[in-house]
Amino acid sequence: MVMLVVAFVSFSLFNFVGDPINNMVGEETSDEERAELRETLGLTDPIYVQFTRFVGNAAKGNFGISYQLKRPVSELISERLPATIELVLISALIALVSGTLLGVYTGINRKGFLSDIILAISLLGVSLPTFVIGILFIYLFAVILGILPSFGRGEVVSLGYWTTGFLTLSGLKAIILPSVTLSLFQMTYIIRLVRAEMMEILQTDYIKFARARGISEKSIHYKHALKNGLIPVITIAGINIGTLIAFSIITETVFQWPGMGFLFIQAVQFVDIPIMSAYLVFIAFVFVMINFIVDILYYFIDPRIRVKAEAVSG
Amino acid sequence: MTFLKINNLSVNYEMRRETVYAAKKVNINVEKGEILGLVGESGSGKSTVGNAIINLIDEPGKVSGGSIILDGTDIYENPENILKLRGKKIGLIFQDPQTSLNPILTIGEQLIETIQTHLKLSTEEAKNKAINLLKEVGIKDAETRFNNYPHQFSGGMRQRVVISLALCCEPELLIADEPTTALDVSIQSQILDLIKRLTKERNLAVILITHDMGVISETTSRVAVMKNGDLVEIGPTKEILTKPKEIYTKALVSSVPPTNKKIDRFKIIEKENKTQGETNIKILNRWTKKDIIDQDLVKVKNLCKTFDDNFFTESTKNSVMAVDDVSFNIKEGESFGLVGESGSGKSTIAKMIVNLYSPSAGDIDFDNVCITKIKSNKEMMKFRKQIQMIFQDPYSSLNGRLKVKDIVSEPIKLHNPSISSKDIDSYIYDLLESVELTQQSAERYPHEFSGGQRQRISIARALATQPRLLVCDEPTSALDVSIQAQILNLLKDLQEQLNLTILFISHDLPVVRQMCDRIAVLKNGKLCEISKTEELFKNPSHDYTKELLTLMPKIESIYN
Repeated sequence: MVMLVVAFVSFSLFNFVGDPINNMVGEETSDEERAELRETLGLTDPIYVQFTRFVGNAAKGNFGISYQLKRPVSELISERLPATIELVLISALIALVSGTLLGVYTGINRKGFLSDIILAISLLGVSLPTFVIGILFIYLFAVILGILPSFGRGEVVSLGYWTTGFLTLSGLKAIILPSVTLSLFQMTYIIRLVRAEMMEILQTDYIKFARARGISEKSIHYKHALKNGLIPVITIAGINIGTLIAFSIITETVFQWPGMGFLFIQAVQFVDIPIMSAYLVFIAFVFVMINFIVDILYYFIDPRIRVKAEAVSG
Repeated sequence: MTFLKINNLSVNYEMRRETVYAAKKVNINVEKGEILGLVGESGSGKSTVGNAIINLIDEPGKVSGGSIILDGTDIYENPENILKLRGKKIGLIFQDPQTSLNPILTIGEQLIETIQTHLKLSTEEAKNKAINLLKEVGIKDAETRFNNYPHQFSGGMRQRVVISLALCCEPELLIADEPTTALDVSIQSQILDLIKRLTKERNLAVILITHDMGVISETTSRVAVMKNGDLVEIGPTKEILTKPKEIYTKALVSSVPPTNKKIDRFKIIEKENKTQGETNIKILNRWTKKDIIDQDLVKVKNLCKTFDDNFFTESTKNSVMAVDDVSFNIKEGESFGLVGESGSGKSTIAKMIVNLYSPSAGDIDFDNVCITKIKSNKEMMKFRKQIQMIFQDPYSSLNGRLKVKDIVSEPIKLHNPSISSKDIDSYIYDLLESVELTQQSAERYPHEFSGGQRQRISIARALATQPRLLVCDEPTSALDVSIQAQILNLLKDLQEQLNLTILFISHDLPVVRQMCDRIAVLKNGKLCEISKTEELFKNPSHDYTKELLTLMPKIESIYN
């Protein structure tokens, strides 16, 4: 359902943001040639026929040909996809792991000095725009210290359809700055969420009851409290991985990362509509998939949902 | 040697502006094999004492003086001590079984973890022990239930699980903090019997914290009475309840509704309220009083309500019959009681009468008009004005962001849009004074009031439309006994003065006995019997009613 709506929006991009024929052909094309092209591209068909065709093609992964680069969009995307996926994956990992750990720490040691510092820094992470942080990082680590590269992906190894930067030293070095920059915003979000959840859960009766039974503090914090606290975190994290991809446009631009976001920015500059619409459909697809995965995760984490599901099916 | 010795225990809560003394120099001794009752109203410090023994006082409270010596070990001498004692030597049971179990771990996981924390047992041995324990506390089919999650248990069963968790490492002292307050009468008596049995079998020392005098008189051998952090009186239960020495204890005992007779009014703890009664119901001047006609104001005919579990497919498999073919009439001017345990459908009936739910089948007549068939909102308004409701929880039933003035004036304006603002003000003042609140309270917000005062605001709001029928859904179950007595007196006065008809819903049989002329007993949505109050209590005809009456904790049992 969501996918259909998004497909329609990106389809209308094609048709209503300027005349596609105008974008394709040069100044000197005659009106007859234009009409002929229109006919061969099927642009004279009624809207719904065009839309059905668009959806059908999109389902097959065919988004047409880029105006600017004159290559099939699907080819361009599959070329750039690994870079973005790797970047987002690493950032999500950094954000989730360190966010949860720091969140638990600040939730338990509410009044400690270290907690105050973590929270103060996390406030910076929320309030500074991603590109400012990126530029600061480049300045500090690439320009002044000179230990990390400031742009690009480094050397990549090609594994069939997939190109990866994980297998070379320069590739690994190159991913540090962009992924940390990208993860910072999400991380602060998760820190604060986990902290709030932990603080609330540590006040509940069942934690008090666990204490009264003499259960060790370690088990109370990590087994009893954290597991309960993770339920809302998963929801937010799911939505946020989608946001990470969206934010990656900025990060990729700052670091000249050859990913999809960078491709998209270039496409916008040249009004390269096939790429833009393909990007839109792709992002929507990722969001839907992530939500689906989150729902499945719920089922495993929260027994209450499991029982409800069984009751409905049984 | 005394098993548990509490010496001059003081607990302070240091707030920003003041220090609250939750316990002041309390001295209590408990021996093995006895159940000591700890009673008091809310804020008396009874739970604080319980929590202090296990060193789990909520922030910012702390023990400021005195000592607690358990079996020769001073709990506060060394902070390490209590960690070894928790669960191992002291078990604790909380009030609400719904919230005291971790929802995402199976009860088996929770039991095994607790057992292995204290006893050196393999997982297999711990499991066997846990299953035996579950059997001991009366959970059938313990082997399969072992792998269930807390939400798969009913309230009473959960409390049994909680008890098994508290007892799994064979503690010698059990602190039960209102263990049955959240449970139905029949479950309550089972749980209390269980505690009594375990006390005998295991030679436990038990501290039973409760506000329920009936529970105290039936379970405990000695009782300590607390008020505002002070220990008022301590002694054998029989002596304290029959010959209380202190004024406060006397007042507390007398405000408990007696189960064996009907009295006119409750005795009130505060003596200052001497000018109780007739003169202060100011609203009388404005009340367009209707004479009581000898007729049935409300006729409920074959009422049914089913709740479908599944929203999309109305499968009959998951639907719950909340109310099943219930018929009764309420005479104008009478107090009609609706009694039953949780899930019996009593609140559902109330909500259908005030038209918050629509019945699945059957009719409700009000003043000889069938209100369930009214479609237009305008028509319905006329009846909404005449039927008002008072809810159970005085905390959630008042909008916290509105001033009392606005809360009370809203229904007036709704049903009488042309009223001038000056009239409204004096109307509100009259209403507030009728429920024994001051005029100044109109400018304040609900959170500035205590539970009892809030319930008075609810009553004022209900009276604002000058209703003929007042539906009271457990109006006092969230309140202390002394406050309960005041509210019940107020309702009685109002009914007498204003010719109200009252539908009184409660699970508390003694209260119903004091309030109602006739009583209907419900079980699982079905009507068991309707009869006059005294007859019901003296010669119950239905088996279920008999059962309820024998299970009801009776404060009088101590006299025999």
